[in-house]
Amino acid sequence: MPTKTRMSGNEAVAHAIKQINPDVMPAFPITPSTEIPQFVANMIANGEITTEFIPVESEHSSMSAAIGASAAGARTLTATSSCGLALMWEVLYVAASNRLPIAMAVANRGLTGPLNINAEHSDSMGARDSGWLQIYAENNQEVYDNFLQAYRIAEHKDVKLPIMVCQDGFITSHAVENITLWDDAPIKKFVGEYEPEHYLLREDETMAVGPYAVSNYCMEAKKAQAEAMKRAKKVILEVAKEFEAVTGRKYGFFEEYKLEDAEYAVVAIGSVCGTAKDAIDALRKDGVKAGLLKIRVFRPFPAEEIAAALKHCKAIAILDRAESYSGNGGPLGAEVTAALYRAKCTAETVNMVYGLSGRDVRVEDMEKVYEDLQKLAAGTISYPEYPYIGLRD
Amino acid sequence: MALRAEQINEKTRWQDLTEGLQIYEPATSKLFETGEWRTDTPVWDREKCKQCLLCVPYCPDSCITVKDGKRQEFDYDHCKGCGICVKACPFGALSMKEGK
Repeated sequence: MPTKTRMSGNEAVAHAIKQINPDVMPAFPITPSTEIPQFVANMIANGEITTEFIPVESEHSSMSAAIGASAAGARTLTATSSCGLALMWEVLYVAASNRLPIAMAVANRGLTGPLNINAEHSDSMGARDSGWLQIYAENNQEVYDNFLQAYRIAEHKDVKLPIMVCQDGFITSHAVENITLWDDAPIKKFVGEYEPEHYLLREDETMAVGPYAVSNYCMEAKKAQAEAMKRAKKVILEVAKEFEAVTGRKYGFFEEYKLEDAEYAVVAIGSVCGTAKDAIDALRKDGVKAGLLKIRVFRPFPAEEIAAALKHCKAIAILDRAESYSGNGGPLGAEVTAALYRAKCTAETVNMVYGLSGRDVRVEDMEKVYEDLQKLAAGTISYPEYPYIGLRD
Repeated sequence: MALRAEQINEKTRWQDLTEGLQIYEPATSKLFETGEWRTDTPVWDREKCKQCLLCVPYCPDSCITVKDGKRQEFDYDHCKGCGICVKACPFGALSMKEGK
């Protein structure tokens, strides 16, 4: 019987790790993800899991150790946030290009500076081109469910890529919410054992990982890696379907909330989507056709599917919890508008930046977004520049 | 279908390379003729050589093979011409000549 209980997002990830019992976890603490390795270390000390924990001296080392362990054939994971993720930068690309299915729990936090420890997507968004799969959660239940699906996607023979399972720092990593935990036996069966074909500790095979490649070979290797990322789309949906059969919970590339007949849509990632849903419920009562597209899978980016789901809308606000300093908006804004353009969608669009460094976004803020979308569709306002939500000016 | 190292060349399609260019067989460096990199070449004077074999472990590329306890000619397919063997020889039996 599934257990209804309450947990923080970090506890939810730790519980998923406990049920999976992976082989190796190198980790270095950084707020707000610190609790994850802390919980895991406790479980190991209590004899609840047999994971080998490696205390390291930095995040560059934790990712490097994860690469070594994964190449050796171990089911591997780590956890990090913000500057810790930034310190892994170089080796994130090594993990992906060597096709190592490492899982990483990310509690999203802004990169310094100004020095701050709160929720923002600038850390994982900065790593969006590193070749890692990226899946985001709105709440504790989703980060738990996403982590349980992570290895099935990453280790699939058509994929073999590392995966980040992201949640909003503090907002979900530390907030205690209701959650349904699935029984160990069906989850263990669902996740299964990791049985790589090639690995360094295989006794009957000599293997080299990460050899030098001259320019005559690099482009072909990168193309093969890019194709694996594209193939992940099919695998993500297959794994979600199987997960639904076990738990009854449905997952896809994104969640559509009252989007089918929506005239005004918001596209966003993470916990703000819960706030948007409350605003939508209120606006729908007043007859405003408001809807939401909540991104779950950002890498691979489901461009065609997103465009198809939004095509009928009159005006769309794409919300970024990261400033790209490009002078042209945020990363989600750039990718969604490109997807809409290619699909020949003529909806009005605006890219908004919100919630930087944990700035609160209230239901009223989201209602104001939908109000602005109605004006944008009516042609009574325009946005020469991408706006910030809740900025003092 | 991924190919074996000796089947891979500069015309190989991306579909035929291994994932992450991983190598699943030993000693593939033999196929890579690093001797092409050489600008100066070590020369062995058999008359002066005492067969002390000191040059052998000093060679970073294992280009001095030993047979029946005696060193053989350089493996010029793989010798990069670093000159360490020349410095290691106590008998002046090795010298560098300019060019390949």
